[in-house]
Amino acid sequence: MSILVNKDTKVIVQGFTGKEGTFHAEQCLAYGTNIVGGVTPNKGGQKHLEKPVFNTVKEAVNATGATVSMIFVPPVFVADAVMEAADAGIELAVIITEGAPVRDMQAAKAYAVKHGMMTIGPNCPGIITAEECKIGIMPGAIFKKGNVGLISKSGTLTYEGANQVCKEGFGITTAVGIGGDPIIGLSYKQLLPMFEADPETEAIVMIGEIGGDLEIQAAAFIKENITKPVVAFIAGQTAPKGKRMGHAGAIVSGGAGTAAEKMAALEAAGVKVVVSPAEIGKAVKEVLTK
Amino acid sequence: MNIHEYQAKQIFAKYGVPTPRGIVANTPSQAVAAAHELGGNIWVVKAQIHAGGRGLGGGVKLAKSIEEVEQLASEILHMTLITHQTGPEGKEVHKVYIEEGADIKDELYLGVVLDRAKEMPVIMASTEGGMEIEKVAEETPEKIVKVAVDPAVGFQGFHGRELVFGLGITDKTEQAKFIKFAQALYKVYMENDAEMIEINPLIKTGSGDFLALDGKMGFDDSALGRHPDIEDMRDISEEDHDEREASQYGLSYISLDGEIGCMVNGAGLAMGTMDTINYMGGTPANFLDVGGKANAETVAKGFEIILKNPKVKAIFVNIFGGIVRCDRIANGILEATKMVDVRVPVIVRLDGTNAVEAAEILKNAGISNVISATDLGDGARKAVEAAAAQ
Repeated sequence: MSILVNKDTKVIVQGFTGKEGTFHAEQCLAYGTNIVGGVTPNKGGQKHLEKPVFNTVKEAVNATGATVSMIFVPPVFVADAVMEAADAGIELAVIITEGAPVRDMQAAKAYAVKHGMMTIGPNCPGIITAEECKIGIMPGAIFKKGNVGLISKSGTLTYEGANQVCKEGFGITTAVGIGGDPIIGLSYKQLLPMFEADPETEAIVMIGEIGGDLEIQAAAFIKENITKPVVAFIAGQTAPKGKRMGHAGAIVSGGAGTAAEKMAALEAAGVKVVVSPAEIGKAVKEVLTK
Repeated sequence: MNIHEYQAKQIFAKYGVPTPRGIVANTPSQAVAAAHELGGNIWVVKAQIHAGGRGLGGGVKLAKSIEEVEQLASEILHMTLITHQTGPEGKEVHKVYIEEGADIKDELYLGVVLDRAKEMPVIMASTEGGMEIEKVAEETPEKIVKVAVDPAVGFQGFHGRELVFGLGITDKTEQAKFIKFAQALYKVYMENDAEMIEINPLIKTGSGDFLALDGKMGFDDSALGRHPDIEDMRDISEEDHDEREASQYGLSYISLDGEIGCMVNGAGLAMGTMDTINYMGGTPANFLDVGGKANAETVAKGFEIILKNPKVKAIFVNIFGGIVRCDRIANGILEATKMVDVRVPVIVRLDGTNAVEAAEILKNAGISNVISATDLGDGARKAVEAAAAQ
């Protein structure tokens, strides 16, 4: 078991034939992802990576029965691509592209929600169900199959967390990089109950960042609804106020969204909070061998 | 990206958001000419820097004669203004804005920002103009009126009514003027891909008009491509030199106060590395995300920028290669040691894609002050120890 995606999930790639799309689609195929085709306007009818190319998402869905789309189009085309996927009946769009304007994402997310399509990202590493299905840009080799679910705003901290969990002798069911932009798709609050319901997942790692209040909402949700042990790390305890740390969209202004606030809320909800990401693996071991 | 008050007011004017008349000046004589052109007998001389709290810091002064305009302009131009938002080092003033005096009856606050939870822009208004809005939010949250606007339908009549009744504006003419003001400001926000707009204070004059006495705007960097007119407003002198230089190489750099330089891939891991150094008893000297396209040149540039800081006593390179390949980083480190005098110990932790090749490259190079680490915790510990031994 796993959440959202598995070896049978039919995936298409929007921006299939571009440089990024090609490179990562190839890696995903090598991992075993069931990529059934891709979309690049005006290249319909061609073959790419031995898979059919379509002009529109509608054509691709009709021909392949795909339910998930991995989006690699350039930033200013992201909103269009997301809305096209939603309109074509895609169930989950995984948006990898970095640098999509916030206003565009606001409109695209609202449209997706209205059409019942889930989204992950943008500006994220994607989602991976270990040893079954990788939809994104993470190094697949570090995700060994196991019993820990992982949700992270940060790409490289996803790898760091998963690697430590595996080095402690455990493994991953599904890992989701949700991205740290101001507007994102699925978040802790939607993903936590999926892991709670997944019989294979026995513990959950959640990695957050300064800025926004998603982790605070997650803490309240965990307190009421999650029975499985949760280990959390919040990046940015040492970040100066009012500075944007890279492209993470992590910004602290005023008092809201500090690491200290989030850590306190999570601890109060019974979560095992670690002060350094170097402690994630050990903490998972501790909660699983209790 | 942020812009100056005078630039924000130029944008406001285009959308019919009322402001006092004003002219920007680079020299005291330009300030005098500006005051003559504006006419009247009272002017405000305002320092133009990208930080709030200018008034308290002595960067906003009232002049009651042309001579006073000249004197104040020469005092304020090239002064180093220190406010609660500039940090202790302050900011040098390069421009002043000469504005006609206004008849202030009431001071209000009006702003537009994204409400991340609602995923919509929210208009915030308050009767507590002139105060820091964060402080108002903390101490008297009931004095802030918040109205979220769904961009799919735009600013509606009820948004306006909620604002004016929330602020206690009872005069019908004033209500209409304020609603028009707020609606225009919402349009400024949407059409320019603003990240935030803040007018503090927004004043009501003796004759019942509303004017933006101040104006602060920040923009979504990802959307600047479609706003060349706003990109043209960029003031390089307001940006940190090192941060700007780094960004030209695809590096995202922010300098901090500590002793251990950091070079990391990914913003989250970069912050996590800083946190770990802190946890181990050390202090990070900077945030540096090498991004997804790191190569030998960018890594060398990163070392150069980190080492410009004389406080740096050790450097911790922490890479978890996903898209970034570790062998490229290893080559970058070798390259850097040739190009830059790496005077401090460098602790290197390379994991993920091509980590084995990278370890081989570093081992064969045999550079004396490069220390390898097995994982994040080990690397941070070694960096803290190395810095302490210096």
